[in-house]
Amino acid sequence: MKKEKGRQLAAGLFSLFPVFLTIAIFLLLLAKAFPLLSLKSLPDLIFSSVWQPQKGQFGLWPFILGTIWVTATAFILAAPLSILTAIYISDYASGRLKKWLAPVLDLLAGLPSVIYGMWGILLIVPLVGKYLAPLFGTYSSGYSILTAGLVLAVMILPTIVNVSVEVLSAVPADLKEAALALGATRLEVVRYVVLKKSLPGVAAACVLGLSRAFGETIAVMMVVGNVPLAPTSLFSPAYPLPALLANNYGEMLSIPGYESALNLAAIILLLIVIIFSLAARIYLTRLERRAG
Amino acid sequence: MASQPAGDNSRLKRRRWSESVFKVILLASVILVSLILSIILVSILWKSLPALKLSMILKTPGTGYYLGKSGGILNAIVGSIEIAFGATFLALVIALPLVIYLNTYLKRRSFLAEVIRLSLDVLWGIPSIVYGVFGFLLMLMFHLRASLLAGMITIALVELPILSRAMDETIRLVPAELKEASYSLGATRWTTATRIVLRQALPGLITSVLIALGRGLGDGASVLFTAGYTDRLTTSLLQPVATLPLAIFFQLSSPFPEVQQRAFASAAILTLLILAISLLTRFFGRKLSRHKIR
Repeated sequence: MKKEKGRQLAAGLFSLFPVFLTIAIFLLLLAKAFPLLSLKSLPDLIFSSVWQPQKGQFGLWPFILGTIWVTATAFILAAPLSILTAIYISDYASGRLKKWLAPVLDLLAGLPSVIYGMWGILLIVPLVGKYLAPLFGTYSSGYSILTAGLVLAVMILPTIVNVSVEVLSAVPADLKEAALALGATRLEVVRYVVLKKSLPGVAAACVLGLSRAFGETIAVMMVVGNVPLAPTSLFSPAYPLPALLANNYGEMLSIPGYESALNLAAIILLLIVIIFSLAARIYLTRLERRAG
Repeated sequence: MASQPAGDNSRLKRRRWSESVFKVILLASVILVSLILSIILVSILWKSLPALKLSMILKTPGTGYYLGKSGGILNAIVGSIEIAFGATFLALVIALPLVIYLNTYLKRRSFLAEVIRLSLDVLWGIPSIVYGVFGFLLMLMFHLRASLLAGMITIALVELPILSRAMDETIRLVPAELKEASYSLGATRWTTATRIVLRQALPGLITSVLIALGRGLGDGASVLFTAGYTDRLTTSLLQPVATLPLAIFFQLSSPFPEVQQRAFASAAILTLLILAISLLTRFFGRKLSRHKIR
């Protein structure tokens, strides 16, 4: 019995690790960002667009705006397509199509982001620079928000489709059959039964994809241009927060406040992503419980 | 029906029409998605497989490698495998007791279980670049330099929530009757967990580990500041280590076409590794579940 108690205690300690880790990440980043926060007010840092570390100007606004533009573009491109695909897979597709599509989606969800970045450089950068930009009568080097949005859209597509299919498939077959028996067409079943029941779940799936998009680093920074100016159009380059961290962190520059500013950027990124992903997760868990 | 009014008939037509329009939209989006997915896979392999040479796999970078001279990326292949396996092992050391505790010692909806699952959700959402920053700050605190050990710990942190959640989900599927039968025979919770529950969930657990391993192999953002980079093979935990994602990233930004070709070849190696893991995952999911009690 004593041995059993000891094992329980040990396993219990291990299981507290994620709780401690979460707290540690927040506290350490906060502590490291604090020196700058005591010099300047938070709104000043967030809403100023002047990024000149040499002169002690740490305006994070261009980076926050860049993150929002890129993520929004990816989301608008990916969400409708993924939802329609998920509806087809869960309510229309034959078993054979599902059997083929599922492994491919899994594989693409697991493909490293540097590979997506390379794909973006090879295919999407020339596409945007040579064809799409002239089509809209503007000039672009190809390294732009649209490029990053397209690459990112493809990256979050498998996530949104997979989670949506799970949510849509959880709608009880009885309900659908009841509607069909009343003479509803399949579209009507999808619209009035399936989506009515699972719309919040599908929304949560989209938010989960969105939160992945916010934090995506390497693929985005390879194709987005990395120019620290507030973007003005889809064809202009941007500099999202993750790219800012990836390009500048680790070179311990002796400029005062620089390190704090980067840590502040990390905290802002962390908070945005966590709010989104946690909201979606909590909702999905509750949904799962209700389903049994 | 002959007695049906004309208005109903036209309504029926409209409903049929919108049904077929919707179906066309659905089909179009599925075809578009499949097209995009296949374009990605085909274009990556198309570009990268021809660049793949045997010397890429067998040699480390020689002098002047980054100017287009001879050599390979054995350093990055070995480094990636070292770091991913080490990290997965570390993550497993924490995740295994964690999921056992969650599923056998705690009641499903107890406060502690909720807090632990919530914190795993938070960790799951944290981008790997933030883990990289955190790992770097930890490194400074412990006066470590960019090394295999630091990279391994950072990747282990990235993998932990993925691994724990996946394992938690498979273990939760083990039927309660099985556990109760074991308890009724006088087995302790620990014995039940290790001898019954883990064995029953084994295929799912292996799948979870493989998923985590794949993530570890492909993650570049978290090792950017923590693992360093080296042209030599890494033989100690305290040496810096090269990884495939960073090898691709660095070589791709080179102005020399020969070096860029090597980035493509490195990408082929990484893609094939991930493909192999993905196939293994499918294989284990199917084959090993034959021995499960249903």
